[in-house]
Amino acid sequence: MIWETVRLSLLSVRRNVLRSFLTLLGIVIGVAAVIAMLTIGSGTTEKVKADISKLGSNLLVVRPGRPAGPGGPGGLDQATNPLGSKELAALVAHLSGARAISPASQKQVRVIFGTESLTSGVTGTDSAYLDARDWKLVSGRPFSDSEIRSGTGVCLIGETVRQQFFGAGDPEGEIIRVNRTSCKIVGLLEPKGYTGFGQDQDNVVLMPLAAYQRRIAGNRDIDSIYVAADDRTPTTELLPRVEDILRDARRIPPDREDDFSIRDMTQIADAMASATTTMTGMLGAVAGVSLLVGGIGIMNIMLVSVTERTREIGIRLAIGAHEKHILIQFLVEATVLSLLGGIIGILIGLALAGLASLTLAIPFAPSLAVILLAVGFSALIGMVFGFFPALRGARLDPIDALRHE
Amino acid sequence: MSGSLLITFDKVWKSYGQGEATVHALAGVDLAIRSGEFVAIMGPSGSGKSTAMNIIGCLDTPTAGTYSFMGIDAGRLDRNRRAMLRNLYVGFVFQGYNLLPRTTAVENVELPLIYRGAAARERHDLAMKALAEVGLVGREHHTPAELSGGQQQRVAIARAIVTRPTLLVADEPTGNLDTARTHEIMELLTRLNTELGLTIAMVTHEADVAAYAERTIRFLDGHVASDAVNLEVAQP
Ligand SMILES: Nc1ncnc2c1ncn2[C@@H]1O[C@H](COP(=O)(O)OP(=O)(O)OP(=O)(O)O)[C@@H](O)[C@H]1O
Ligand SMILES: [Mg+2]
Repeated sequence: MIWETVRLSLLSVRRNVLRSFLTLLGIVIGVAAVIAMLTIGSGTTEKVKADISKLGSNLLVVRPGRPAGPGGPGGLDQATNPLGSKELAALVAHLSGARAISPASQKQVRVIFGTESLTSGVTGTDSAYLDARDWKLVSGRPFSDSEIRSGTGVCLIGETVRQQFFGAGDPEGEIIRVNRTSCKIVGLLEPKGYTGFGQDQDNVVLMPLAAYQRRIAGNRDIDSIYVAADDRTPTTELLPRVEDILRDARRIPPDREDDFSIRDMTQIADAMASATTTMTGMLGAVAGVSLLVGGIGIMNIMLVSVTERTREIGIRLAIGAHEKHILIQFLVEATVLSLLGGIIGILIGLALAGLASLTLAIPFAPSLAVILLAVGFSALIGMVFGFFPALRGARLDPIDALRHE
Repeated sequence: MSGSLLITFDKVWKSYGQGEATVHALAGVDLAIRSGEFVAIMGPSGSGKSTAMNIIGCLDTPTAGTYSFMGIDAGRLDRNRRAMLRNLYVGFVFQGYNLLPRTTAVENVELPLIYRGAAARERHDLAMKALAEVGLVGREHHTPAELSGGQQQRVAIARAIVTRPTLLVADEPTGNLDTARTHEIMELLTRLNTELGLTIAMVTHEADVAAYAERTIRFLDGHVASDAVNLEVAQP
């Protein structure tokens, strides 16, 4: 009986291909929008998570200046007391639970080799930096202790810098000029690609902190200190220890606030991920509204269909159909119609999401749950919006219906 | 001729509208039809023939009076129970054929069986048999648009008899057909009456069509004006 009805309703969809298509359009667009939004959204979330884990996981970043707010951009106020070797030494001496502690000062600087030049992010740091940031060398060697201590003009370069100056060639041993000082390349960093914010992580030059301070910055300040937690220590536990040691080293009285900020990259990663999830949800909800509009389209066409087929309803009632048979017939028809729209919508939505993931370089992350939900929801829309027209058909008086023309 | 009472009208009224504008389509009709009879109903336009037929076929209920069908007080049953009675015991043939458009002959004939919950195989077999009975072999998969008026009416008759009903209600079944087709259909109905013992109540405006029946009831202004056995039953 029910299969008979489904077959019948498919038949009536086929009889009115154009009209059925136009009716479905609302549902198709709605479902496609929801599926595309949610799929692109979860792809973006994955991408953001991956990007932030590239920044370094379990990483604390200390900057001078008061924190602007929780997780906000602190440490930009350079008028405050800068960080220096005193703070770094205190952390190295007293902090437990850290895998690596490394200073970093950086600046965008013009780098020259032969006639080529490139503006690059030049960072003065030490050998623990690679460990703290989880960066690796493709070739060459890290800085030696004596190079760090004496601030020798040596550097490690990123892939972008290599390509600019040496193409596919071996850069090791070549001398580049960084802000009018010479620097010998001793190693090549593993390529890391772009961050989600469009920053080229391979357009970098690392050099010993002392060399950077002397030849480029012209001061002894440290812009930031990276503290990587070891495997046993969560960053939330490490953070108050770092704070205590730094307050002590900077002699901040108990009644004064910190004049430095500590950012927990893990928390930022979580916050960013949850922000994109929220965004995804909101976009999905907006798209959901268009589904509702699609439902109204279904209702409209079902009303038309009931009116058009009044005579048919009359015939069916005359030969013994009960109210429920007519009700079920039109309900099934509305449901089949909107399910059909849902399925087409899902296919289009997935295609759109696939296209977006290709062009935006984000992962294609379709979710079975979302797809099933869309199927269920479009069926529900058919039933809900089909109910009133179906009831109207079922309640028709058979004699009036038969006389209708 | 001497079957049990199938249909009785006891002072049946059917009124439309209210107050001054009230129309009495039926004004206290008394009527009895025995099972196996072939009755023609005649009368001028607006005299209440179709109204009576709708009540006989359990499509409608009287405003006042009692209609009993097979001993059941059918005039006081609810919609769904009357639908059940129609499905089990009544077949309808209309002037305008009333087939489902864009639906093949065999599918049209299967329709009443669907509401009986019959299995697809059984439905198909019964429908094919009914189509054979009305002489429509070879046209089973044509849609109404591909059939002539006479052929469409045969499909409608097949649909009416596929459930092996007790009663066939036919409101001007030949109203849209030419003379030759009319006599073919009337011969078919007569055969169904004699061979299957099907009780037939048929409205017609034409005397030569009424002549196929055994008895003619004449309506006038919602009353039965005359009710007589046909002296000369038309011979095929
Ligand atoms: N639904 C209705 N509402 C109001 N009046 C109605 C309704 N149905 C029938 N009537 C009236 O009842 C009367 C009898 O109608 P009915 O259809 O039974 O006539 P009929 O004998 O079948 O006529 P015809 O030969 O033209 O088919 C007519 O006056 C008609 O206008
Ligand atoms: Mg009539």
